[in-house]
Amino acid sequence: MSQQLVERLQREFGDRILAATGMHGDESVTVSRQDLPLVLAHLRDQEGCEQLSDIVGVDHPERAARFEVVYLLRSYSKRHRIQVSVDAPEDEPVPTACGLYRSANWHEREVYDLFGIPFSGHPDLRRILCHHQFEGHALRKDYPIEQGQECTRPENLFSDEDIAHAARRANEMSSSPGAVVDELHPSDLLTINLGPSHPATHGALRAECLLDGETILDARTEIGYIHRCFEKEAEDHTWAQVMPYTDRLNYCSAMLNNSIYAMAVEKMFGVEATPRAQAIRVIVSELSRIIDHLVCVCTNLVDLGALTNYWYLYNVRESIYQSLEKLCGSRLTTNYARIGGMSHDLYDGFEDEIRVKLQELEQGVTDVTKLVARNRIFLDRTVGVGAISTADALNWGYTGPCLRATGLAWDLRKEAPYSGYDQYEFDIPTGTNGDTQDRIMVRMAEMVQSRRIIEQVLQKIPGGPVDLDDPRMVLPPKAQVYGSIEGVMNQFKLIFEGIQVPAGRGYGFGEGANGELGFYCISDGTGHPYRMKVRPPCFPIFSSFTSLVQGRMLPDAIATLGSLNIIAGELDR
Amino acid sequence: MDILTALLQGLPGFGGMSDQGLFITGAAVMATLMFTVMALCAIVFTWMERKVAGFIQSRYGPMRTGRWHGWAQAVADMLKILGKEDIIPAEADKGLFVFAPLVVLLGSLLAWVAVPWAPGFVAADLDLGLFFIFAASSMVVIGILMAGWASNNKWALYGAARGAAQMVSYEIPLALATIPVIMHVGSLNTQDIVIAQQGGIWHWFILRDPFLFVAFWMYFIASIAETNRGPFDMPETESELVAGYHTEYTGMRFAFFFLAEYANLFLVSLIAVFVFLGGWWSPIPGLDFAPALTFVIKGILMVFLNMWVRWTLPRVRVDQLMYLCWKVMIPVTLLCIVGSGILMITSGAVG
Amino acid sequence: MFERFIPVLLVLGVAGAFSGVFLAISFLLGPRRPDALKDSTYECGIPARGSIQIRFFVRFFLVALFFLLFDLEAVFLYPWVVLYKGLLASGAGGFALTEMGVFLLVLLTGFLYVWKKGGLEWQ
Repeated sequence: MSQQLVERLQREFGDRILAATGMHGDESVTVSRQDLPLVLAHLRDQEGCEQLSDIVGVDHPERAARFEVVYLLRSYSKRHRIQVSVDAPEDEPVPTACGLYRSANWHEREVYDLFGIPFSGHPDLRRILCHHQFEGHALRKDYPIEQGQECTRPENLFSDEDIAHAARRANEMSSSPGAVVDELHPSDLLTINLGPSHPATHGALRAECLLDGETILDARTEIGYIHRCFEKEAEDHTWAQVMPYTDRLNYCSAMLNNSIYAMAVEKMFGVEATPRAQAIRVIVSELSRIIDHLVCVCTNLVDLGALTNYWYLYNVRESIYQSLEKLCGSRLTTNYARIGGMSHDLYDGFEDEIRVKLQELEQGVTDVTKLVARNRIFLDRTVGVGAISTADALNWGYTGPCLRATGLAWDLRKEAPYSGYDQYEFDIPTGTNGDTQDRIMVRMAEMVQSRRIIEQVLQKIPGGPVDLDDPRMVLPPKAQVYGSIEGVMNQFKLIFEGIQVPAGRGYGFGEGANGELGFYCISDGTGHPYRMKVRPPCFPIFSSFTSLVQGRMLPDAIATLGSLNIIAGELDR
Repeated sequence: MDILTALLQGLPGFGGMSDQGLFITGAAVMATLMFTVMALCAIVFTWMERKVAGFIQSRYGPMRTGRWHGWAQAVADMLKILGKEDIIPAEADKGLFVFAPLVVLLGSLLAWVAVPWAPGFVAADLDLGLFFIFAASSMVVIGILMAGWASNNKWALYGAARGAAQMVSYEIPLALATIPVIMHVGSLNTQDIVIAQQGGIWHWFILRDPFLFVAFWMYFIASIAETNRGPFDMPETESELVAGYHTEYTGMRFAFFFLAEYANLFLVSLIAVFVFLGGWWSPIPGLDFAPALTFVIKGILMVFLNMWVRWTLPRVRVDQLMYLCWKVMIPVTLLCIVGSGILMITSGAVG
Repeated sequence: MFERFIPVLLVLGVAGAFSGVFLAISFLLGPRRPDALKDSTYECGIPARGSIQIRFFVRFFLVALFFLLFDLEAVFLYPWVVLYKGLLASGAGGFALTEMGVFLLVLLTGFLYVWKKGGLEWQ
């Protein structure tokens, strides 16, 4: 389907499509910088590409046009996706896509921050992940990774002019005759920092709110508090060594990150894991999804003051964690998947244990649903709070439960089945208003669906080997290592030189707990990723936070923040 | 008071004392007793809160300190708090900051003076009893405002502003809900209010007429708001305002707020008991063996009810809180007053 | 008359004294190691900006005003309420109730006016 799209584009734009490639099913076209807005607008308006999923910057120091910027687009109505890439010589601006896609704002800031590629026409081109005092651009190939920089000075997100402007605007809006409220002065407004160290931010992120009484006139967010430049780290490691770093992205559902990363690299090889490995990945991924949803729902309810629900669900989470710990030795940083298989097989009795725990889960979900679903206070606090329409959500780059809460039944496990998800029966829960209540309820329903999936997998889990029989990526059995020269050589090369991923590029993605989690990989065949871009689902979602809370009250902002499930680990990478 | 004076008279050495001397000594003993009970109840109720919360949340709560169900946990916490550093922020208004916890503590303590524990056993037998209790406990608002303002902290300011708005608002339905009872009693004296409920559970004011029944629940809701506890914990709202008005407080000064919260909790529960739930009378007439004990047990049951609500419901938003007070509870309590007055005339019931 | 309030003063004294003792103990036992960071105002890890002594949200003042009105009303109700039973016994119950009904009606009119005017809306 995507191939036909490329053909249509070529017919439409002719020579202005400079190149078209289709590797591993990822269709990509190259256009010039001048044509970029035109092509993007055409794709959005004529080809139904409602969403700009991500923008990837690539540094090629040896090329004349040093940088390359890749736009990942997805159509939900026509179910295709396409990548548009442009070349950008150093210091020459690329036209912004902010006017077309709101999600472009943060993605372009990220590219600007990490590569120093300017975007002309961008409304707010500042650093985003790195500190404002930081010098240099970390993802450029010539950035010295040993160089440490001390950045300590916090930044005021609102200038005095911003505050004065907000006061003026508020006065204009409330200038109804006879109103009780008198004129606002800039000095009447209070800026208050929600985070980085606040009970409701659940991670280090900051939202500076401009308040008139309890009403938020404006809010600005600052992220990057735990930015560790995962993408740079990946370039400095072998493909296999990246696996443990993926744990730290979304630390609530590390298994999902592991599996999707392994899948992305396998895609570069053009192989698929064995049926048993796929089944195991589905089980642990769904368990991770359950844990992630539990964390989100529980903390969201705690933010709403309903502390008891937390315990009803967290006991289940603890119980699942015990099994995961037994399985891979650790709770959060699981590091369980491998390129071409899994670290090891399930332990004996795993299946029965999980069945019992899923029973507990069902009980917990039922209890909590009873406590909140029809509770007047809960409904008053959540219905209509932080609501967003499907069209806006797509434009902002929403995926996953937050998108489904708006009423769009879109799940990558159904739309682009991987790991054998097409063999299992499950429903896609959706909401109607895209508000906080819908987001909570969609997550609750998804946990039940995850249970359904796991039960089906447990019923017909295939036997056979866990790892692929492929010496390019899987270590040989110990008997071979000790018994044959090929075995020794194979082990030696894989350990010392790393997995030699064939040169090329590929975008591997799957349904993470928060939405579409993707790894955009470029290999130059040296055994290290040349470029590894993560698409963290909560990054574009959080970029819409300001628009969700403007004009609402402080407690609403907290309820909304909790329901978006912002995980600082993957937000900041 | 009378009982205590009589008791003192019987003691060697007090026999020769003048009546005035006896009165003052008795009052001093009572005052000390009151403070001890209050400190004790704060300790007992923090432990109880943890156990109740644990029970509701299918966990244990404290289990180690003192072996038996962690009974000594609250004591240990108090001792630990004694050894904590007292931090006064550089930007704070020192004088106000230092005195705010005392105002809150004394405000909630003062009201205890008029609580009728048993026949004749009340620290100050005031004609204005109930009125005095409401007046004294409203001092807490001033303390909270002082704390929030003096901290020079935005979260504290919000906590204090919300707290003040909430507490003054809910004071109105709180006071109005007791008015139908006073109509039936014809006196504000706390002893008189209890005496009027003699004769078993059907004579308790909560079951006297439907309006009084409604008034009781209005009082109960308002009392939760008055003590700043969930679902109305606006001034603290841990997940929104960090810790609200006491964000900047540490050590003993923080503990005073804590003590005051539980003292207040028990106080409003005791008021509910002696105004609506028959005070020291047992539900079955003639079984009044230990009036003070009956009174305290009923109080603890009310505290339990309060905790149950706190650990079950989510928190309301500040505008919803105000909506509930001004647009629901005040009209309803006014209706109760009128309704009860009319019922008194039509039924011809006097007393 | 006022000697009934002596216990009130005594309780105040005793409680004040006990609080003082507790503060003194904590003063003696607790460490005192102030530093600039510890004594700074907490605002989630970012240095606080601006003053908090601002013209505060007008709603709070309105609430304070309404409180004054209604609390005064409650104060007026109390004497009537205390006497109501007596009046009832002497056969003047109907008159007493009407009287208070008129008072409440006046009050209610004001209340409804405030309600209609939106004075009770929070936002």
